[in-house]
Amino acid sequence: MRHITLSQAVNEAIAEEMRRDLTTFLIGEDVAEAGTPFKVLAGLVEEFGPERVIDTPIAEPGFMGIAVGAALTGSRPIVDLMFGDFLYLIMDQLCNQAAKAYYMSGGKLNVPLVLRTNLGATRRSAAQHSQSLHALVAHIPGLKVAMPSSAYEAKGLMKTAIRDNNPVVILEDKLMYNDKAPVPEEEYLIPFGEAHVKRAGTDITLIATSSMVQVCEAAAETLAAEGISAEVIDPRTLVPLDEATLIESAKKTSRVIVVDEGHQSYGITGEIAGRINEKAFYHLDAPVLRMGAMDVPVPFSPALEDITVPTPEGVTENARKLMSGEMIHAA
Amino acid sequence: MADTKTNTEDFMRMYRQMVRIRVFEDNANQLYLSAKMPGLTHMYSGEEAVAVGICEALTDDDRITSTHRGHGHCVAKGADYKQMFCELLGKEEGYCRGKGGSMHIADQSHGNLGANAIVGGSMGIATGSALRAKLQGSDDVTVCFFGDGATAQGLLYEVMNMAALWQLPVIYACENNGYSEYTKTEEIAAGSITARAEAFGIEAFTVDGQDVLAVNDLSQKLVARARKGEGPFFVELMTYRYHGHHVGDINRDYYREKEEEAIWKEQRDPIVNFGKWLSEEGIASAEDLKAMEDEIRAEAKAAVDYALSAKYPDESEVDMHVFAPTDPATLRPGA
Repeated sequence: MRHITLSQAVNEAIAEEMRRDLTTFLIGEDVAEAGTPFKVLAGLVEEFGPERVIDTPIAEPGFMGIAVGAALTGSRPIVDLMFGDFLYLIMDQLCNQAAKAYYMSGGKLNVPLVLRTNLGATRRSAAQHSQSLHALVAHIPGLKVAMPSSAYEAKGLMKTAIRDNNPVVILEDKLMYNDKAPVPEEEYLIPFGEAHVKRAGTDITLIATSSMVQVCEAAAETLAAEGISAEVIDPRTLVPLDEATLIESAKKTSRVIVVDEGHQSYGITGEIAGRINEKAFYHLDAPVLRMGAMDVPVPFSPALEDITVPTPEGVTENARKLMSGEMIHAA
Repeated sequence: MADTKTNTEDFMRMYRQMVRIRVFEDNANQLYLSAKMPGLTHMYSGEEAVAVGICEALTDDDRITSTHRGHGHCVAKGADYKQMFCELLGKEEGYCRGKGGSMHIADQSHGNLGANAIVGGSMGIATGSALRAKLQGSDDVTVCFFGDGATAQGLLYEVMNMAALWQLPVIYACENNGYSEYTKTEEIAAGSITARAEAFGIEAFTVDGQDVLAVNDLSQKLVARARKGEGPFFVELMTYRYHGHHVGDINRDYYREKEEEAIWKEQRDPIVNFGKWLSEEGIASAEDLKAMEDEIRAEAKAAVDYALSAKYPDESEVDMHVFAPTDPATLRPGA
């Protein structure tokens, strides 16, 4: 099978869907000739023209609101938000308008819209261009949230997102744009709400999102050499969440670590750990561990930034402690 | 009154729609005062000529976005009393199955994309609806209603900039009722309101919002031009809010004098003045107009009685409509 980058995968998914459905269009800052700073959208304006690949002024709430209005009236916009950190700028349009329209109208108005943005630290971009804010949107009823962990997921989830009749936030890890993975030539879609068991195991479950899947796969490799069999599961979508697959794995292995790049407090790791505690409590041999990003603004200095996010070494060490029965308490 | 070439039917429909708004609000206010309505609401009384003058220039294919003070827009765009009162009371037969209430009534069958409880929250939506029209080659026009208070929101400037750059068929209708919630507009808006739009190269107009024919005349012209791709436009409509910011805002001497309210009600009322003009022109007698109002009041009473005894949504509806369904067949490869 051919290998393509995550960036190419996203580009292909959008191009295929824009060919398939003429009501789709791309809108955002520097999406046309520039193809975004990450060049993910390069070439699309040449194929679809400036009417469907629309460069906007630097006005995130404005173009987000415009996309909501277009979606409410029969278009299917794909909104490009250059950095996930800018979610704070568009919260009213996303959370008060897009997320609630279907419910508030009693099912009469819906908002088929994709908001594609990114997450991920360790790019030396400091506190306002490095955040992983998916927990903010996953908290809001009415928004679906997808987090691809490789080029394969990036393509399949994007295609599903564009065809979904609801607002979908899809967050790509900006450090993974050049990572290659096998991606079939033929068309495929990845359904929402279906977790993927990346690596089967029997001793401990590592539930990981986005780039943390790579981190956990590396940890699993090290653990395997030590005789510990780790299962790595990627939920792929946070909303809807495939709780059944996660619970089933927790019951099987009896030990779980949840790894995510969002801040640890009040985040995804706590949510998933809570569900496992509620539904697999009597099967557990150890407390479910959370590993998120540190609860600090992302620092600029590489010496500091690198210690704020979970690493393969950190996951490996925590897995060993869980396996040895060592009780772990938060500092 | 403006010199508008139109016919008797149009005049009578405009009068009827204004009375329908006033009567709706009188009933809504009574529901609140008699504690029969959950929550609270914002009265449109006094501003009827704005919604009616504009919406009478639109078709069902044209869209509007509305505000927290939205009953007038909703009625003017063609909504039905019964479904509106049911919505106000949180009943299953309401426009939104009781899930929206006064501040979120949407009636997409007449092109009303919904009231919005965030001041200025619908400016993007209206502009996006206009972008959709342009992209899809449709000639419908979208009117964005908002108040003078909403001109303080930054979103307006972001979307007017894009609407002007892209020549979108949207009309920004600023209902200047003199008050931004509990504060005089002059205390919250520096400079000129129309100049804000003109800065983007948008043609801006000021019109007497108590004169339904003047509003309608201007709206007809702007809607026709917007259909031809000459938009966007901005209109400031000078009007007045008879009630407080909301129905519970009763003691408002600290920000507005009773004498001022009396002048607007006694001298500038859009319904009374239009009624006088209709009589003077020999279009309808005072008796005809009274009979029309009586008929509308009877219809409203019946709708209120119906809504009061209508059933609430079943509890099973509480988690319905969080997500719209997506046909699984569309998610297959090759679909």
